[in-house]
Amino acid sequence: MPPVTRRRWLELGAIGTAAGLFSGLFGVGGGSILVPLLVLWLGYETREATGTSLAAIIVIAALAAALQGAYGNVDAAHAAAVGLPAVAGVVGGTWLQQRVGARALTLAFSAFLVALAILLVVE
Amino acid sequence: MIAEAIVAGLVAGVVSGMFGVGGGVVFVPALVFVYDVGQVEAEATSLLAIIPVALVGAWRQHGYGNVRVREGLLLGVLGVAGALLGVVAANAIPEGALKFAFAGLMVVVAVQLARDALREE
Repeated sequence: MPPVTRRRWLELGAIGTAAGLFSGLFGVGGGSILVPLLVLWLGYETREATGTSLAAIIVIAALAAALQGAYGNVDAAHAAAVGLPAVAGVVGGTWLQQRVGARALTLAFSAFLVALAILLVVE
Repeated sequence: MIAEAIVAGLVAGVVSGMFGVGGGVVFVPALVFVYDVGQVEAEATSLLAIIPVALVGAWRQHGYGNVRVREGLLLGVLGVAGALLGVVAANAIPEGALKFAFAGLMVVVAVQLARDALREE
């Protein structure tokens, strides 16, 4: 592997910091920041950006969850109740991705997200 | 209640596998609706729930040769300060504003996904 140059450190630090802020503020992984920046700025291929962002998310989410835990905001039982089925879902979703035409499904999911967003605000 | 949580978790996982959108954007509203918790608690718990999903996702992607391990870990380690600052901010700003901003984030993600899907023809 080539050595990590000073410039590369700065680039990775800037992208990591942006993703970390986003992740900590919104309780998400930060992939929606990481993937486009890795592709547009560092020239990653899309699948490589998705895979590499997952590795970064493990570290970022672990530290952010630990601090939220110190605030007393984390419920481990609730996290297990949604997180463990999600692991099975990810495996199924990756499998499905190879087989079904994603376009209609993506549009349906987009509409679903917008509906959820509205419900969240009016709730 | 546990049944709703399991269904929500499965959905979050499937969409995360299919569309590459992390579980958080589904976990947070799911936790708010299923367990009737506040926005900050839902975000905090979502962060913990994301860890196993990212672990398994990264492991599978690594098998396909899609993970630049060293740069991924560097991104994560260098992102920690930002993440901690984000958590402090989430706990400091009014919950209503945070919820509103989160809903905005969901709409942005939805628009991004729809635009990419329509472009793919």
